[in-house]
Amino acid sequence: MTLWLIIRRSLRQHALSTLVSAGSIALAAGLMMCVWMVKTQAHAVFTATNTGFEAVLGARGSKLQLVLNAIFHLEASPGNVAASDYEAIKRHPAVRTAIPIAVGDNLRGYRIVGTLPEFFAVEYVPGKSFAVQPGGRFFTDGEREAVVGSFAARRLGLKIGDTFQPYHGLNFDPNALHEEVYTVTGVLAPTNTPADRVLWIPLSGVQTMSGHDPRAATDVSAVLIQLRAPTAGFMLDMMYNRQGNRLTLAFPVGTIIAELFNKISWFDRVLALVAGLVALVAAGSVLASSYSSMSARRRDLAILRALGAKRRTVFSAVLGEAAVIGMIGAVAGFAVYFLLYLGVAEVILAQTGVVLPVTAWHPVLAAAPLGMIGLCLLGGLLPAVQAYRLSVADTLAPTS
Amino acid sequence: MLEITDLKKSFRTPEGRMVEVVNLESFTFAAGAQAALRGESGSGKTTLLNLIAGIVTADSGTVRIDGAEMTALPEAGRDRLRAEKIGYIFQTFNLLQGHTALENVLLGMGFGPRGADRSQARQLLERVGLAHRLDHFPRQLSTGQQQRVAVARALANRPALVLADEPTGNLDRRHAAEALTLIREICRESGAALLLVSHDETALAQFGQVGDFAALNRAVREACA
Repeated sequence: MTLWLIIRRSLRQHALSTLVSAGSIALAAGLMMCVWMVKTQAHAVFTATNTGFEAVLGARGSKLQLVLNAIFHLEASPGNVAASDYEAIKRHPAVRTAIPIAVGDNLRGYRIVGTLPEFFAVEYVPGKSFAVQPGGRFFTDGEREAVVGSFAARRLGLKIGDTFQPYHGLNFDPNALHEEVYTVTGVLAPTNTPADRVLWIPLSGVQTMSGHDPRAATDVSAVLIQLRAPTAGFMLDMMYNRQGNRLTLAFPVGTIIAELFNKISWFDRVLALVAGLVALVAAGSVLASSYSSMSARRRDLAILRALGAKRRTVFSAVLGEAAVIGMIGAVAGFAVYFLLYLGVAEVILAQTGVVLPVTAWHPVLAAAPLGMIGLCLLGGLLPAVQAYRLSVADTLAPTS
Repeated sequence: MLEITDLKKSFRTPEGRMVEVVNLESFTFAAGAQAALRGESGSGKTTLLNLIAGIVTADSGTVRIDGAEMTALPEAGRDRLRAEKIGYIFQTFNLLQGHTALENVLLGMGFGPRGADRSQARQLLERVGLAHRLDHFPRQLSTGQQQRVAVARALANRPALVLADEPTGNLDRRHAAEALTLIREICRESGAALLLVSHDETALAQFGQVGDFAALNRAVREACA
């Protein structure tokens, strides 16, 4: 009780430096947790996102570009796939489902994707199929109707019965308005997948949109594929990627995204380094704060010693103070972590439609706060040793 | 209760010379007694009290309190004995500025054998007339009130011996007289012996038994010779 009273009062007496130190610890702990969690969760979520398809067939080019374009609706299409190629893969005995998509238009930056109604029957995660919110329905093939992803609908303010005119291109250009008018027939129930950011219209709508090249009116941008057996993917990989030279098969989708993460792993390391440096600066701040307050506290500590406090008591008081600063910082670090993580998750959601789980657990959520408390203890060690070695007589008593 | 034999203490001056400050052949003090030592500033009075309290270690000689030899104890033992047996009223009060009056007294108890007792600390402060100032910080108290907190803190562990170092040095004549009366009364009530050192004749006049520290301290005698 006595030790806690000493620590509590000292922290209050030096409230400003306590707050600054705890704040820097919170920032460091929060930053470390956020960097780590975003990295691990993004890796886990993105590599698991395939909207129910194991492979993507597209024009010859980068597999990553193909996956980003067809699954995540991010990149430009690497080119078109001829209708005959689509028909061929559709009839292939190893293929269970082949759904074509066509891209090339947008509505105020949100991508418009043409596909077949069968797309909505696919389970985007095991056991879950696309559904429209109450009052809506999926579009009818061949009609100028649209089903809007939940995120896009919210951002664009679209609801059932609303109409819109697509803009040409994947990026919004107000001067590139198509003349066709589409009516919203449904809004997708949230799927937490990239499909939420898309306006879905019939395949033929994109293929025959005014201003599009009529020679490509039967082409598709990519074909999303479900296989009858996973091993079939290796056979198709051999057929399209090694023996053929016109098309690219991206398989398996998760592995291709994992390769992307490997390519940008240097960025993770830079972020981790920055977080580590912030942690060191925070620990240094505790050391500097404890050390500079020691001169002001020497007299108080000497008085405590004169009252009968043992050397180890004042040592513990100073070290305990550093630990409490660390603990306050660690607790506040969770607030910083959640704010940063929610911010990053919101950006990722807005950019990709992928939701990072907020309640995910990882050992770093324990290691980072405990590590910061450890660093604080290390920072408080030197002032604590000074307190331990304090001479009561020299500090307190004149030799009269 | 207090026995001092051949107690010596020297300090090294900034110039590197060793100067003997205390050289006391013999000094005894009975339990519950109240006495004062007269001494000029710089005569070694505070050093003597610090030697008795075990804050400063003696070069030689013994200090025995209630049968326990302070000078033979290691530092942790001296800390314990000080917390258990001695109450110290400093000239400048030495209150902890970041703690309230009540907390200052609680901390005085905290290192003693019985530990902090909030109700007893409260009673002590009520006894010195500070019932309405329990949660005030030293800066919010007058000098006289600070002095009374220091008195309550010194008595917090029911010490056998109270050492008072110029306790009225920072008070005006009226408050000095009141403070001394209070210190003596409280020590008498608790059965603690009181040894006061001062150069203030008004303060010394309150004591029946007043010793001349200069006469006792051979170090001073030799320096003056």
